[in-house]
Amino acid sequence: MSDTQTFLDTLKKRSQQREAEPTWIAARRQAGAARFEALGFPTRRDEEWKYTDVRSIAQGNFALSDNADFSPAQAAALTLPVDAYRLTFVDGVYAPALSDVDALPESVHVLPLSKALSENHEAVGGPLGRLTGVEFSSFAALNTAFMEEGAVVRIAPGTVVDKPIVLQFLSRANSAPVMSHPRILVEAGGRSEATLIEHYCGELEAANFTNVVGEFMLDRGAILNHYKLQEAPLNDMHVASMHVEQGRDTGYTSYNLNLGGALVRNDLISDLNGQGAETHFYGLFFGQGRQHVDNHTKVNHYAPLTFSNENYKGILDDRAHGVFNGKVYVKRDSQKIEGFQSNQNLLLSDRAQIDAKPELEIYADDVKCSHGTTTGQLDEEAIYALRTRGIDEATARGLLTLAFAGEVLEKVTLDAIAERVELAVAGKLPERFNLAGLVETAVALND
Amino acid sequence: MATEEMEQLVRREYKDGFVTDIESDTLPPGLDEDTIAFISKKKGEPEWMLEWRLDAYRQWLNMKEPSWAHLDYPPIDYQAISYFSAPKRPEDGPQSLDEVDPKLLETYEKLGIPLHERAALAGVAVDAVFDSVSVTTTFKKELSEAGVIFCSISEAIRDYPELIKQYLGTVVPVADNYFAALNSAVFTDGSFVFVPEGVTCPMELSTYFRINAANTGQFERTLIICESRAQVSYLEGCTAPMRDENQLHAAVVELVALDDAYIKYSTVQNWYPGDEDGKGGIYNFVTKRGECRGARSRISWTQVETGSAITWKYPSCVLRGKDSIGEFYSVAVTNGRQQADTGTKMIHIGEGTRSYIVAKGISAGKSDQSYRGLVKIGPRAKGARNFTQCDSLLIGDKCGAHTFPYQEIGNSTATIEHEATTSKIGEDQLFYCRSRGISEEDAVSMIVNGFCKDVFQELPMEFAVEAEALLNVTLEGAVG
Repeated sequence: MSDTQTFLDTLKKRSQQREAEPTWIAARRQAGAARFEALGFPTRRDEEWKYTDVRSIAQGNFALSDNADFSPAQAAALTLPVDAYRLTFVDGVYAPALSDVDALPESVHVLPLSKALSENHEAVGGPLGRLTGVEFSSFAALNTAFMEEGAVVRIAPGTVVDKPIVLQFLSRANSAPVMSHPRILVEAGGRSEATLIEHYCGELEAANFTNVVGEFMLDRGAILNHYKLQEAPLNDMHVASMHVEQGRDTGYTSYNLNLGGALVRNDLISDLNGQGAETHFYGLFFGQGRQHVDNHTKVNHYAPLTFSNENYKGILDDRAHGVFNGKVYVKRDSQKIEGFQSNQNLLLSDRAQIDAKPELEIYADDVKCSHGTTTGQLDEEAIYALRTRGIDEATARGLLTLAFAGEVLEKVTLDAIAERVELAVAGKLPERFNLAGLVETAVALND
Repeated sequence: MATEEMEQLVRREYKDGFVTDIESDTLPPGLDEDTIAFISKKKGEPEWMLEWRLDAYRQWLNMKEPSWAHLDYPPIDYQAISYFSAPKRPEDGPQSLDEVDPKLLETYEKLGIPLHERAALAGVAVDAVFDSVSVTTTFKKELSEAGVIFCSISEAIRDYPELIKQYLGTVVPVADNYFAALNSAVFTDGSFVFVPEGVTCPMELSTYFRINAANTGQFERTLIICESRAQVSYLEGCTAPMRDENQLHAAVVELVALDDAYIKYSTVQNWYPGDEDGKGGIYNFVTKRGECRGARSRISWTQVETGSAITWKYPSCVLRGKDSIGEFYSVAVTNGRQQADTGTKMIHIGEGTRSYIVAKGISAGKSDQSYRGLVKIGPRAKGARNFTQCDSLLIGDKCGAHTFPYQEIGNSTATIEHEATTSKIGEDQLFYCRSRGISEEDAVSMIVNGFCKDVFQELPMEFAVEAEALLNVTLEGAVG
């Protein structure tokens, strides 16, 4: 209980500094705190946390940041080279200087939560917390208790957003570790189309705790491509609870790319509520050193004629520990469902570890559902084949590792993101590899 | 098939669910240390065995009933159960086949059970069945010549205390889980098999078992030991429907295989599944575990689960010996309101260990079925290998099929594969059969049998044939 007390004390202090806020926020904050206090931090005795030990978070003492100072040069180096609308947060605090949303068309709203609340808090109060309530987990409860900042994205029906929307979360090397509890709220109107990029990165020496909750509501026919590029500093702790709600004929695609963080936990849930809804989950997690990366995904087929496809790949080196838990749920009478799930893991070192649990829970009979999971190592014969062609062993291993990741990376249509991941995965190669460059050369040669 | 006709078939009652009203030497319901002392005394057990039981009981008191399984049943009142019931006297049973429920006999007919066995299975007093007595005696002689010990666990505790002390509770410790602890405290029946070094058991113990041990206990305890290079094949239960008044079953089975030994353990379970609303069915909570202690040893579990209202069962292998092999083949069929949460655990500890899992689940009616499995590769299990396939077939839109496979891999040299599919019987497959003049029922049964083939071929020959028939009987009327 003492672990939770540290957090509750911080919360209390924060509440005293805070200006008066609308009663509904205060009530939810209280509900979050009460729930968090009742639950405490999860332990490995909780089925959902069986393979992930969160003591490094629970026993930490995290302050809250009150400024968003960040050197512009350094921020520029970290920022993805993508022409986009951008909101930047530094340790959870909105950084207007590093943001760029001026050119937004009228039909698209991208604004920090604090601003959305001050402009029209009632409009936020309805959807906020509707998908991920305080009941979801103690982290979601904690987030609700602390929520102040984040991003609100509203896309009017029929709008095709011309540029990706980037939400950038920077982590600083503070003298004492800080925590942030961002909220992301996306309301995609009917037949709208957008690309959203969540990007987590920061200064190498940072050791902060990010606890993000995201809610995504897709109205009839909306399409959302959701990238999450998590390259947080290697000592950062990262917990994310994402919940997607899909109406009729919507298309949601998640690219969950995890490279950084000491302790990472991702929860991704998609509710397919309307016929014709389609969801794709692509995931890649790459662990080195003593990184711990836990991915929990769940697809709820609540309506008939819905489709889901999931492909998660894990690459684990050194003493890294990966967890994959994927669940496909088919509700009673949700007929004509297709749900596919694949998880493949590559262990590069003897001390790397993976715990996989692909689940199916099915209550309808006219379904096609499958899951497959494999764990293994690089094919020695393939390495040999490359060696006979004069490629040294390290390069051969790097190439094969990259090829393993390729199945997910080829789905990534944003080159800037694909390149970052390639670089990280093949980073051990003597000469850094650029797959895109290789492909270009090959194409040029063929011409 | 016309839906009306189908529904009618589905609604049909379990053919063999009749109750025999026979007085027996039964303890009043309740469980305390005196009950255990009573059981131990009744069985003529030595002091150390009583202590062992009491130790289990005391640990059980501090344990909690597991709730993680995907099962839904009312809480069990452990004080409302009678823990000892003396074996029935032969003169209480039916005296000849004429007195046996004709419907039961009809089922035997359908299953193709040999005539001389039917009487024994139906519980006809043994001396009315001249055939089986002589058969049994021949078997006994043959086994003892080979040096194989095969007797009830109570006899073994009396006659071979050293072996019992050495092995009992070493694979499934007394406090392994809630039901195992309960079993350890109150078990009354079960088998003991010991195959000495280098001996291949001269017969499948199934053959013997079928005739001899029709009355299985409520808390069964089985221990099978194979010394180096020994081999045995053992079949538990039988395809014939089991009559049983005890609602709660909590068995424990322990297998020990030393160097190069091979144990094949097959189960066919066809207990009363309860009526249409699942009332009165058997609750089956079983702990089965085999330990491959020796190098190159092999343990193979095969199970056909068609009965019981609740099944909670995970036959497991602890692969300790170098290059040892664990296998699990399972067909589980649920109909009506049956619920099954079953699967296996393969714990790879030794180098070069291999495991192979094939689980086929068929859900029909309003039943719910889950495959729950664990493949764990320890850090020292270099080059360990696992292949898992679990397929579910759904018949009807009111049933559920779930898979919860756990993989814990702590070694980069391990190769693990897992595949699972869930689907219904393909319309195109059905159409293909129908277009060739095969009736819908026959077509479905052909497809279902094909679906289970990988498992059935692991069963001892004669049982494979019966298992197929059993599957058809269980699913009768549920398909379409």
